[in-house]
Amino acid sequence: MVTLASPRQGPKRKHQRLVLIILALVATLAGVLLAMSALRDQAAYFYTPAEAMAAKVEPGKAVRLGGMVEGGSLKRAADGLTVTFRLTDGKASVPASFSGITPDLFKENSGAVAEGAFDADGIFRATNILAKHDERYMPREMEGIKYDPKTHKVEETKS
Amino acid sequence: MIAETGLAALWLAAMLAGAQLLFAWLAAARGQAIAERLIRPIAVAQGLLTCGAMALLIVLFLRSDMSVYLVAANSHSMKPFIYKFAGAWGNHEGSMLLWVAVMSASGAAVALFERGLDKRTHIATLGAQAAISLGFYAFLLLASNPFARLNPPAVDGQGLNPLLQDPGLAFHPPTLYLGYVGLSVAFSFAVGALLTREVNARFAKAVRPWVLAAWILLTFGITAGSYWAYYELGWGGWWFWDPVENASLMPWLAATALLHSASVLAARDALRAWTVMLAVIAFAMSMIGTFLVRSGILTSVHAFAVDPTRGTFILALLGLYIGGALALFALRVHTVNEGARFDPVSREAMLVLNNLLLCVILALVLIGTLYPLLTEMMGVRVSVGPPYFNTIIGPITIALMGVLVVGPLLRWRKDNGKTLLRRTTPSMILAVLALGAVVALSAGSIGWLPALSFAAAAAVAFASVLPLWKRNLLRTPLFTYGMVVAHLGCAVSLAGMASESAFSQEKLAAARPGDRFEIAGYGVTFDRVLPVAGPNWTAMEATLTVSRNGRVIGTARPQSRFFADPPTPTNESVQMTRLGGQLYLVLGEQLEDGRWQLRIWWKPFVTLIWAGGGLIGLGGALALLGRIRREKRHKAPAKPAKAGYA
Repeated sequence: MVTLASPRQGPKRKHQRLVLIILALVATLAGVLLAMSALRDQAAYFYTPAEAMAAKVEPGKAVRLGGMVEGGSLKRAADGLTVTFRLTDGKASVPASFSGITPDLFKENSGAVAEGAFDADGIFRATNILAKHDERYMPREMEGIKYDPKTHKVEETKS
Repeated sequence: MIAETGLAALWLAAMLAGAQLLFAWLAAARGQAIAERLIRPIAVAQGLLTCGAMALLIVLFLRSDMSVYLVAANSHSMKPFIYKFAGAWGNHEGSMLLWVAVMSASGAAVALFERGLDKRTHIATLGAQAAISLGFYAFLLLASNPFARLNPPAVDGQGLNPLLQDPGLAFHPPTLYLGYVGLSVAFSFAVGALLTREVNARFAKAVRPWVLAAWILLTFGITAGSYWAYYELGWGGWWFWDPVENASLMPWLAATALLHSASVLAARDALRAWTVMLAVIAFAMSMIGTFLVRSGILTSVHAFAVDPTRGTFILALLGLYIGGALALFALRVHTVNEGARFDPVSREAMLVLNNLLLCVILALVLIGTLYPLLTEMMGVRVSVGPPYFNTIIGPITIALMGVLVVGPLLRWRKDNGKTLLRRTTPSMILAVLALGAVVALSAGSIGWLPALSFAAAAAVAFASVLPLWKRNLLRTPLFTYGMVVAHLGCAVSLAGMASESAFSQEKLAAARPGDRFEIAGYGVTFDRVLPVAGPNWTAMEATLTVSRNGRVIGTARPQSRFFADPPTPTNESVQMTRLGGQLYLVLGEQLEDGRWQLRIWWKPFVTLIWAGGGLIGLGGALALLGRIRREKRHKAPAKPAKAGYA
């Protein structure tokens, strides 16, 4: 393939291509840096109750807390909308509360992931609750976890 | 027999794809005339065969043939007709077959209808398309055979996930797939043009209608998917930044950038290597999307099965094709001459800025989507949700809207900063007025992001119709109208998003029959709850009377449903659309004392979100129509590429 020199080809033309390449690189880099800094602030870490206790999650920081709803702990307040319960992983248990319509399969002795933050009293204020919403669907953090309601022991069958 | 015929058709199609690749090589590299003549019929036959296989799978689902594993695992004889039909692609194997069928059908369409490309590039394009198809045939036939038999046959099927039992299923996946796979055509064009060293305006003009078509379908698919999630999940949200949603958004972002850069290449012969690169990125995003959804690496309603071999397979295909294309790009980029030059104040420059911002948004979405997967490999479980996406993507989107205000008002190649200022001043004034209005209206309580979104929406809405200013409206080309409508759609959608996030009202209550609630001037009376039954579900149905200013305006009947196969409870929310917004009603569960949980939202102008999405897609359709019509009118042979751009 013969490449003829274009009459317009000159040093300035190369210059423009270079500018475009640099712009693309700068934009990509800026995007990545922006993403990294935002991830540090905004990514919500997943904890089990024991991990949350050990990590001493600061109040107000958005996290996800996953565990089993402890047998006998699920109570509904008089307004009919607020529920209080304890989430357990067998090693520790955390008091939690939630206002709103809970998922259909949110019940005692089954798994749930609560999104929200701890308040100053150490109660987990959930803003959202994920539970299985069909027999096949499970929050991915809860996969392969088995719970014995008698002993409150939780086994993780998956590494 | 039907299943076996379908499988045979697939194998035959795979062999034809192999032949197509071979003949493309023979024709392009060796100049063999027979191969050249055969390649188009082969592409068409391959398309017909896979579409036939897809049709056969649908027949199997309609007949509830429980001797086929896929039908037994995903269907049920009691299911309504439409879900048997659409259920054919409501599962992993079926949806991959749909993907392959769409891919080879678009290959056939390229063989039949593409006239703009020079012959060698056309052949190379068909060869590239065959190469991609081959990989997906291998995936389908070796790792996800949809026609596998079950012996002995099942008594009845296991049913379809009730969340998928919605008319949306018939429309949403095929549209999205058409868009996803349509981008494979752009990819093949790019590879073909790189192979024959024909990256120029003619290539851009040829690829543009295909990109447009894919982009239109993606736009409609995403818009429909968003509305589907909005009413089906009953959570009141319309976008959750769920990985699967992101998987459809990323190809759309890349396709939007590609569309604009292809326009620059077609009109001005600039941004050549750039456009080729975007074509590769766009298809890479389609494949990453497929990988995320199909590998089961994400657990979601969309991920039908978890099977690591499948994930590895798609990842290998991804590496093969994208790596191959990037290597080809690296080898050939020096043969792609730089295109025409332009000034920093010009339409080209604004389109470059558009591309850069879209790519940054794309990178942010990609990183946010992959980050939890990466950290999980290191043993840390993290979720990245709306706080991340909204806080960083919101401002960049507003900047993008700023570019959108300016760009279409600029001339190609070189423009004057002063005249630009004059042309954009009205939009800027409008933006400031809108900002003041919403801040006053909300008594200062509005967040800065929705407030700026309103301002941007006002400016874009005004600026988007300016290209029609002082023009003879009858002689304005259709694709200019397309641009105007699509840009207007951005403003409409943005206004809807801002309004929904800033002015929504919510009421949560435990209700007894006779209770009455007030929300945003509407009165909702909770009348009664009665059991009802459907074809494959039972439900508790509430009757709510909605009134405004003392006049009854309608009755809403939200349900709390229970599906028998598989046993699953779901919520059927009700949306009452009014001129100023939507009333969204959800029935929760019954409490021990007999009260019912009730959730009511008032979402002002929320429907603008999807109306805007529809306008964007409509704009694309107008542009496509305009391009095709112009091509028909100028039937004369396309201008040969200028000397110096060999």
